[in-house]
Amino acid sequence: MATSDIGDIQVAERALQHHFADMEQQRDTSSFGMWMFLLTEIMFFGGLFCAYLVYRASYYHAFVEGSQKMNITLGATNTAVLICSSLTMALGVRAAQMGKPKLMVILLLITIVFGFGFLGIKAVEYHEHWVNHEFPGPSFHFETGDPAHPATDPQHTEIYFSLYWAMTGLHALHMVIGIGLVAWLVIAGLMGAYTPHYYNPVENVGLYWHFVDLVWIYLFPMLYLISKKHGG
Amino acid sequence: MAEHKEETGSVGHIAPAKLYVAIWAILMALTLTTVLVSMVDIGPMNVVVALVIATIKGTLVVLFFMHLRYSPKLTMATVIAAMFWLFLLLSLTMTDYLTRAWSTSPGH
Repeated sequence: MATSDIGDIQVAERALQHHFADMEQQRDTSSFGMWMFLLTEIMFFGGLFCAYLVYRASYYHAFVEGSQKMNITLGATNTAVLICSSLTMALGVRAAQMGKPKLMVILLLITIVFGFGFLGIKAVEYHEHWVNHEFPGPSFHFETGDPAHPATDPQHTEIYFSLYWAMTGLHALHMVIGIGLVAWLVIAGLMGAYTPHYYNPVENVGLYWHFVDLVWIYLFPMLYLISKKHGG
Repeated sequence: MAEHKEETGSVGHIAPAKLYVAIWAILMALTLTTVLVSMVDIGPMNVVVALVIATIKGTLVVLFFMHLRYSPKLTMATVIAAMFWLFLLLSLTMTDYLTRAWSTSPGH
């Protein structure tokens, strides 16, 4: 135990950058920096959420028709997959805090599997939309199927799909980056980079992963659910 | 209370694994709830229920998975700032768009 402690402290000393007083100050600073970055990410996605609100308010019926094309089963499954991945990520960070690098690596690998699971299901959905001509552009085609509102303009539904592809696409890009970051943690973890005194990268990638989950928690009801029963 | 076992110093707070599993179970149950509620027509309340459930889920993720509950006050201030700026972005934009009809059609 004593030798392992000395090893931990040596890793920690190597990890302490000269401009910080101690490991605690370094960890608080790194965590604060990550949260500031996530703040800018919230505003980044916030712009898209804002565009969605404005167009939904303007073209309500077109948005209802568009969102009724969503596959709720696949969307709900993906929500569950992401929540499971957040659990394994949180437990992975906990394993790093407790100085169990092997457990951390296993939990992070499961997180990666869930991440690919999400992207796979998303790809199935994207394929469905693509073959149904629900991708904005020259090939876009939408038959208004609502007898109560025959005048619904397909171009307005196209706006819904533009926002759908942009928002879920940007989210999927974040998932891809997240998987890459977790893979980096796995490699560094195998090389013994993290100890209970130094695991800032694990903590920060965990924050990023949970943030991406958080974005999906709002995307799912806004794009899939809230217009399900609003045909009229 | 597990709170008393809270570790301080250079290691940071370690939440019990049971807590994470409990949060996961609540998140899964809320996901099922929001999907089931979306199948029932309760008028404008559909939107309200969906967004309230999403906000409860998001709060749980931020407080526990993202450790906000155990973080320095500076982190809490950052999160509040993020919500405030997002609120400004959405509310000021919508007060503009939703009130434009008033100026184009007076007497309406």
